[in-house]
Amino acid sequence: MTEVIRVEGLVKRFGDFTAVDGVSFTVQQGEIFGFLGPNGAGKSTTIKILSTLLKPTSGTAILAGYDVVRQPNEVRQSIGMVFQDPALDNRLTAEEHLILHAMLYNVPRSVLAERIDQVLKMVGLADRRKSLVRTFSGGMRRRLEIARGLLHHPKVLFLDEPTVGLDPQTRAAIWEHVRRLRDEIGVTVFMTTHYMDEAENCDRIAIIDHGKIQAIDTPAALKRRIGGDLIIVTGDPGLQEDLAARYGVEVRRVGNELHFQVAAGAEFVPRVVADFPGRIRSIQVKQPSLDDVFLQLTGRAIRDEEASELDLMRQHARRVWGGRR
Amino acid sequence: MHVARAIYTIWLREFKVFVRERSRIVGMIGQPLLYLLIVGTGISSGMSLNNAPGGMDYLKFMYPGIIGMSVLFTSIFSGASIIWDREFGFLKEVLVAPVPRWAVAVGKILGGATVASIQSAILAALAPVAGISLSVGVMVKLLLLSFLTSLAVTSLGVAIAARMESMQGFQMIMNFLVMPLYFLSGGMFPVQSAPAWMQKLMLVDPLTYGVDALRQVAFSHTTVELAPGLSAPLVEIARSGGLIRWDLGVDVAVMAAVTLVLAAAAAVSFSRAE
Ligand SMILES: Nc1ncnc2c1ncn2[C@@H]1O[C@H](COP(=O)(O)OP(=O)(O)O)[C@@H](O)[C@H]1O
Ligand SMILES: [Mg+2]
Repeated sequence: MTEVIRVEGLVKRFGDFTAVDGVSFTVQQGEIFGFLGPNGAGKSTTIKILSTLLKPTSGTAILAGYDVVRQPNEVRQSIGMVFQDPALDNRLTAEEHLILHAMLYNVPRSVLAERIDQVLKMVGLADRRKSLVRTFSGGMRRRLEIARGLLHHPKVLFLDEPTVGLDPQTRAAIWEHVRRLRDEIGVTVFMTTHYMDEAENCDRIAIIDHGKIQAIDTPAALKRRIGGDLIIVTGDPGLQEDLAARYGVEVRRVGNELHFQVAAGAEFVPRVVADFPGRIRSIQVKQPSLDDVFLQLTGRAIRDEEASELDLMRQHARRVWGGRR
Repeated sequence: MHVARAIYTIWLREFKVFVRERSRIVGMIGQPLLYLLIVGTGISSGMSLNNAPGGMDYLKFMYPGIIGMSVLFTSIFSGASIIWDREFGFLKEVLVAPVPRWAVAVGKILGGATVASIQSAILAALAPVAGISLSVGVMVKLLLLSFLTSLAVTSLGVAIAARMESMQGFQMIMNFLVMPLYFLSGGMFPVQSAPAWMQKLMLVDPLTYGVDALRQVAFSHTTVELAPGLSAPLVEIARSGGLIRWDLGVDVAVMAAVTLVLAAAAAVSFSRAE
C-alpha cells in the first residue's frame, strides 16, 4: 500500500485561538478515511489546509508526494473537492459545470466527452446532463459536485460533511456512490462528518475534538476499546452454564435470550457455532456505537454547537437569495 | 496559456449566468429607464439647467449620465457578487483549482465589464428618445467607453469585496460609495452649478471623466436648430457651456490609468484574501 497523505504536527491558530492543535496522521491509497468530530472540532480547517486554501501555522502536510505549502499547484491538480457548502451555480447546467471545471484543470478536449459520461454515470446523473442545477434536489447537487471533483482524475477526493442536511435515504445513496468510486477507480477519499452512524462507512476514522486527534483506528477497533461486543444467543436449556464454563464469561438470561460480552463479536460467532454444533438456534452480535466511543474518549456526547457567524450568513443567504440563484 | 484559458473560463461562466438571469437584466436596464421616464416627462420641464446654453435641455444633458449610472450600478454589483460566489457559488470551487488567484479576479472583472457594456449598449440604442441622434460609429464608441468605465468600477467592486466577509457590507458600499460616485460624476448636474468644495470632490471622482467622455461621444452626431436656419453641433453647444470639460483623449487616459490601478488593486486584494 502506498501512502497518499502524510500530516505531521499540524497546527492552525486564528489569533490566539487554536483550531487545529498538533494533528498527525497518514492515509493510504484507496482508503476511505474519515474525520469524526463535533462542530468546531477543526475538521474543515484541516481540509482547508490540505487543499491549500489555508496556510498552517506550523507542521507539515504532504499530499500525493507534494508539500501543501511549497507546491500548492501540484497539490491542487491532485485533489478533488466537495465543500461543506454547495459550490454550484443554479443557472448553469450539470454539463456546463463539468466543462468549466475541465477547462480549469486542463482536462484534454479529446477525452472530455468520455469523462463527462463516465462521472455522470457513476453518480447516476447521466439523464440530467442538460438540466439546470436549479431544478436539482439537495442529493443531486451533492452527487454532481462529487462527479465534478472526480473529473480530472484526482488522487484524493475531499468530502467535507457531504451528507449534512440530506434525508436518510439520500445519505445512504451518497455513501453507496462513494464506496463504488473507491472500488471502481481506487480514489482515496478523505471525508469529515459529525454523524456517528455515517462514520461507520469509513475504513478508518480519526476522532477529533478541540483540534486534537483523540484516536485513529478502524470503526470496529475503536468500538472494541469500549470493552467488546454484546452477543445474544438462543438455544437449548443447558446452554447458559456451558457457555459460561467454556469461555469464562458471565452469561445473563434475558427472557429466552442469553446475553454476554466478548472482545470481538464478529470473529466469535463462527467459533461459538463450531463449539456448540446443533445447540444454537439464533445468534446476534450487537456492537457498541461510535457514540459510546466518543463519549468515553471525550467525556461528552457529540452535539450541534450554537450557530457560527458563517452559519448565520448561510441562513441569511438562503432567505435573501434562495430563490434567485 | 493555461492562465489565459482560466481567465476565459471565469469570463464564460459570468456571461452564461448573465444571459440566463433575465430578471436581473430587466431590472438593471429598467431602473435607468425609469429615471429617464420620470425626468423626461416631469422634472425636465420644471427643472432647467442654470445658465443652460441654448439648444441644450435637461433630458439631453442627462442621457449620457444615465448610461454612466447603468454602468456604475451593474459593474459594482458584478464586482461585489464575488463575495457570494466565493462563499456559495462556482467560484468557491475555482479557488482550489490549479489557477492563480489574480487570473480569477481578472476573469471576473472582464465578465462584469462585458455584462455592463451589453446593458449600456441597449440603453444607448434608446438615445433618440432624448433627441440624440446615433450612428454606428457613435454606438461603437459608446460601447467601448462603457467597457472601459465598467472595467474600472468592477475592479473597484472586486477590490473592496475581496476583503469583505458578508453581504451586509455590500449595502454599506452602495450607500457610502456608489451613490456619492454617481451624484458627483456630473451625470445629474453640471460641475459648475456645484459649490466649490464639491467641485473639488467631483474632480477626483473617476466616473466624472467617464461621464464627460460618454457625453461628448453621445452628442457627437447631433445638431440642434437654435433658430430658423441656424443650427449648431450639440457637442459645441455643450463644450461652450462647460458641460464637456476635457478632450476625449484626456478622459480616456484618466479612465485607463484609474482602471489599471484598480484592477491591480483587485488582483492583489483577491490574491491575499484567505
Ligand atoms: N477564519 C477563521 N477565523 C477564526 N476562527 C475560525 C476561522 N475558521 C474557523 N475558525 C474556528 O475554528 C474552529 C474550527 O472550525 P472548523 O474547522 O470549521 O470546525 P468543523 O469543520 O470541525 O466544524 C471553530 O471554533 C471556528 O469557529
Ligand atoms: Mg466544518
